[in-house]
Amino acid sequence: MIYFDNSATTKAAPEAVDTYAKVSANYWGNPSSLHNFGEQAFNLLEQSRQQIADLVGAKLSEILFTSGGTEGDNWAIKGTAMAKREFGNHLITTAVEHPAVHNSMEQLKQLGFEVTYLPVDENGRVSADDLRAAIRPTTILVSTMAVNNEIGAVQPLAEIADVMRDFPKIHWHIDAVQGIGKGLGKLIFNDRVDFVTFSGHKFHAPRGIGFMYKRQGRKIAPLMAGGGQEWNLRSGTENLPAIAAMAKALRMLLTDEAQKVERQRAIRLAILHHIEQFAHVTIFSKDLPVFAPHILCFAIAGVRGETIVHAFEEHQIYISTTSACSSKKHVESSTLQAMAVDDDIATSAVRISLDGHNTMEEAKQFNQVFDQLYQQFAKLR
Amino acid sequence: MEYSEIMVRYGELSTKGKNKKDFIKQLGHNVRKALSEFDGLEVRAQHDRLHVTLNGADSTAVMDRLKGEFGIENFSPSVKVDKDIDAIKATVLALAQADFKPGMTFKINTRRQDKSFEYDTYQLNDILGSHVLENVPGIQVKMKHPDLEIRVEARMNGVYISGQTIPGAGGLPVGTGGKAVMMLSGGIDSPVASYYGMRRGVKLDMVHFYSPPYTSEQALAKAKELTAKLAKYSGGIQFIQVPFAKIQETVKESVPEGYLMTIQRRMMLRLAVAVAHMRHAKGIFNGESLGQVASQTLESMEAINDVTTMPILRPLLSMDKTEIIKVAKNIDTYDLSILPYEDCCTIFTPPAPKTRPDLEKSRKYEKHLDVEGLMKEALDGITITEIRPGDNFLNQNEDVFAELL
Repeated sequence: MIYFDNSATTKAAPEAVDTYAKVSANYWGNPSSLHNFGEQAFNLLEQSRQQIADLVGAKLSEILFTSGGTEGDNWAIKGTAMAKREFGNHLITTAVEHPAVHNSMEQLKQLGFEVTYLPVDENGRVSADDLRAAIRPTTILVSTMAVNNEIGAVQPLAEIADVMRDFPKIHWHIDAVQGIGKGLGKLIFNDRVDFVTFSGHKFHAPRGIGFMYKRQGRKIAPLMAGGGQEWNLRSGTENLPAIAAMAKALRMLLTDEAQKVERQRAIRLAILHHIEQFAHVTIFSKDLPVFAPHILCFAIAGVRGETIVHAFEEHQIYISTTSACSSKKHVESSTLQAMAVDDDIATSAVRISLDGHNTMEEAKQFNQVFDQLYQQFAKLR
Repeated sequence: MEYSEIMVRYGELSTKGKNKKDFIKQLGHNVRKALSEFDGLEVRAQHDRLHVTLNGADSTAVMDRLKGEFGIENFSPSVKVDKDIDAIKATVLALAQADFKPGMTFKINTRRQDKSFEYDTYQLNDILGSHVLENVPGIQVKMKHPDLEIRVEARMNGVYISGQTIPGAGGLPVGTGGKAVMMLSGGIDSPVASYYGMRRGVKLDMVHFYSPPYTSEQALAKAKELTAKLAKYSGGIQFIQVPFAKIQETVKESVPEGYLMTIQRRMMLRLAVAVAHMRHAKGIFNGESLGQVASQTLESMEAINDVTTMPILRPLLSMDKTEIIKVAKNIDTYDLSILPYEDCCTIFTPPAPKTRPDLEKSRKYEKHLDVEGLMKEALDGITITEIRPGDNFLNQNEDVFAELL
């Protein structure tokens, strides 16, 4: 099988699964227990945290464990809203965010907060000037994704950082769920960002684990109140097997990152340049540096996205409609909508998403199958 | 840049006349020990400078070690090139360009050991200075206090060029100041006091009182881990743990509450002095800061100090807590010190210890104790561990975990 749906989820690395099993079997004490057995679990927890901190260039106390990307996004947004309520009630985000961000914002709207959604250009990117114009004295949070999950657009984070430097009191959150291990580390961990959220299962860790970077000194309210774990910011007994497995998966992800990123970019371009020759193909993730190396979103006019997905599936090639979260709801992509793409063509969009394990050989097979299917689809037109 | 040598300048010891030889010898010994894991590296301690020839060793890692070595004023990594004027020009220019910021000033400082080299120092200064001026727009020459001083030394075996000067830890080489015993608790203060003691060249043995089951294994591990942090300044440290629970129990039984703390401290100091005699040490260091807590008032010091004539050195005596914390953070002991494990100073502490204990009363209350017997029992129970930089005690599974992660 050819798995080209890595933005939906990735296969857990066997090494990470092995770590998960060993930790579950040998270090199952509660890290908060006073006795020596609990202490061992605590040490493993902190060693995992230190490893992650070192890998992303953060301090130990800046890494907080969550249950995944959705929790991280909810936390950065609602936790800021709760902690900074007295300073203002205005939040800014983009029109192309993942539902975890979008719907958190909508919930806050119902509680009386005001939200500005920044528009995007034909490549799905916001402009720093629009951001600057949207900032008010009551703005408490700016939330921007690193890499769009549907079309792979990389937001202009360096320009956004320049704007944010003029507003040092406003919290800046980056949803980097799709951005880790894609050669964007310096852009994401810039000197201005306050919160960055990640999901383990997008980089070969098990489900149900993620982490958040929180700049030292920034205040955030906990969403999970309880026994006071994670410096009283995220209560709940730590999911140590998954945390250790995630630390391992992250280390593996970032080993030879540049090389793996180049391979993904080459595969993406090999497919892109092949399919763009066909008259009815529209490419949304163009061959431009503003697109991430691993996501390719395109449409075949007149064929529904679902049909394309199932047609490839018959050849054991797994791709998706624009995002796994919305793909069963029969709604067209919100990112393409925000880019003012016609509904007709948006419903025909599909997404290929790669990772470090994909090969050029798979790209060749994909292209061959594509030729064949394109012929078949002609009958639909 | 690929460095071939690090030139180390001596600190205060340059001014120490007669003792200079011993100081240099000791520093050479300490540096060799600190760098012993690097293969092929050569250390030569000469009368004016110390030279570390890298022979391919990782210069960043070596310089990291040198930063923790007391007795070093500063050091400069240098590049060795052939005695070829074009090669010299290219390297000098690269150094100037690497550090260039608008408005920067520089000077060239040349020395010529090899008098047969075709250019003399004036010619070299002129050629190299002009070359930099022509090729780095905006850079200016300044003879006194330039931003960048590029040193060029023509020696017999090549030309050594250096730009950067990196500050060292200062102080005196550990070992030149004799040996003392440090009373290490595990709090914030005593590691900082240890740092200052070692900085004046004193070799320290750590004495730690532990009281199981009133104190945990973790509290002991924490004190050892702190010692491992401090060991980077002196290569290796002997950690001497003294069992103290029996004494605390006995004191609690027979001494009025207000004097519990004073009498316990008197016992601790006696034990530290006994250890000092065993180890041929000449003094006791502790982390006391005047007035910080009940046991650190002048009256308390008088009542406690009464048990010995050995000098008690208190490097933190006049420092504020905030200053102490700052240093603790700098030397990377703070995060360990604040781990919440009870040590033997915090248990058996009465709710209201006397801040002004009376010397005569202290002596009187002690009369009921079998001081000699208690001390002998404690000293018989001593354990000595040699602790090396980087040793791990709090997380003994670190290597096992590293495999998992």
